[in-house]
Amino acid sequence: MGAAGPRVGVLALQGAFREHRARLEALGAAVTEVRLPADLAGLSGLILPGGESTTMARLMGEFGLWAPVRDFHAAGGHLWGTCAGAILLAREVQGAPPQFGHQDSLALLDVTVQRNAFGRQIDSFTTDLLLEGLSAPLPAVFIRAPAFARVGEGVEVLATHEGQTVAVRQGRVLATAFHPELTGDLRLHELFLGGMRAPVPA
Amino acid sequence: MSDVQTGTPALKQGFAEMFKGGVIMDVVTADQARIAEAAGATAVMALERVPADIRKDGGVARMSDPKMIKEIIAAVSIPVMAKVRIGHIVEAQILQAIGVDFIDESEVLTPADDQYHILKSDFKVPFVCGAKNLGEALRRVGEGASMIRTKGEAGTGNVIEAVRHARTVLGEIRAIQARPAEELMTVARDLQAPYELVKYVHANGKLPVVNFAAGGVATPADAALMMALGLDGVFVGSGIFKSDNPERRAQAIVKAVTHFQNPEVLAEISEDLGAPMTGINIDDLIPAERLATRGW
Repeated sequence: MGAAGPRVGVLALQGAFREHRARLEALGAAVTEVRLPADLAGLSGLILPGGESTTMARLMGEFGLWAPVRDFHAAGGHLWGTCAGAILLAREVQGAPPQFGHQDSLALLDVTVQRNAFGRQIDSFTTDLLLEGLSAPLPAVFIRAPAFARVGEGVEVLATHEGQTVAVRQGRVLATAFHPELTGDLRLHELFLGGMRAPVPA
Repeated sequence: MSDVQTGTPALKQGFAEMFKGGVIMDVVTADQARIAEAAGATAVMALERVPADIRKDGGVARMSDPKMIKEIIAAVSIPVMAKVRIGHIVEAQILQAIGVDFIDESEVLTPADDQYHILKSDFKVPFVCGAKNLGEALRRVGEGASMIRTKGEAGTGNVIEAVRHARTVLGEIRAIQARPAEELMTVARDLQAPYELVKYVHANGKLPVVNFAAGGVATPADAALMMALGLDGVFVGSGIFKSDNPERRAQAIVKAVTHFQNPEVLAEISEDLGAPMTGINIDDLIPAERLATRGW
């Protein structure tokens, strides 16, 4: 990565990808919208945004993105999933569409994620959240949000809310159940970009 | 914790942001909802009859049976929306009570009030409303709508009205941006729109909420056209389940909204979808049959 900062991709199949793009650009990153496997070339990191995880999973299959994103991670790429994006990263998904009983995912994060863990839209909420590595609370927007019901060994818990795990990290994979892209607080995007600049622990 | 808040404008508008780049599909049964979810819909709109049938059948179109909506909620994991008549506060209370994720105060149903829309800020559940122009859109946002859609001419399979409404709203936004700040009160008067929201549009060059296309979208190309004009996503009603092959058409329209800037992909997904819905020429509609004129 050059002096201009890292080149970061945002998965742009559906959802709040423009908000992530704006936050990253505000911090000086160059951003590529990823819709097809070829768009991953030359990226250091990839954000999987909020939106509908069933929609994004379907389009990832249709446009052949599952294996290229796994390869991208294996080759040293950093990943961050917010809300629906966190579901796409998980090893196991609970609360998949009843008609299928399961939902495809990247399985790059050793967690079981529970979809809509806090209820329907009427139960969506905002709160100030204390997050490991940040000195002051972060405004967090939870919209039909998931939670990490099981956290594997080697997965670091970064934040909890009312007993539920809502932010985790495993190596180069970060996942948050809430939407930092919907607030003006850039600290998590800074943290993500900082991770790309720092040497990666094994 | 004491700092937890629910039902705020930020949460309602933030939820609408999550539908962007996606397709919301009208469904009348749990089976259709499953087809929509499998095709990649970001939400389904539960209603008793799609607009094409409302046109055909005539009579008063009302909120759906809560039992049917609950069956749809149980059938899928994606958000479920449902429609209420313009001004029908109690239908909206009922939908909120059964846990619907979004309410559409819709001109497609027969209006309950010929003067007033619902005060949507009174509800915890977010609302989407139709608009033909910027003044109408900002009045709805002023009442608390968290999402706007073009009215189009629902149930016709004819995209011309949706295009007209999209171009009108987006053109009026550009016109406001070009005005000096001291003219904005007069702009607000002429548009019959809240002054604070006119100022927001002047400063930001967009609506304060997500803006979708609706009414007459029948093909992947129609959906991509609405995205190319600058809208955030697409509602599809009769266009899917009144066509020959709803599964394939639904999947193609979802892909078209993601890849609207990629004609090669659009060409591929538009192939061999079977016949689209028949469609109606808008000029053939007598004024009383036009749905877009409802709303005040």
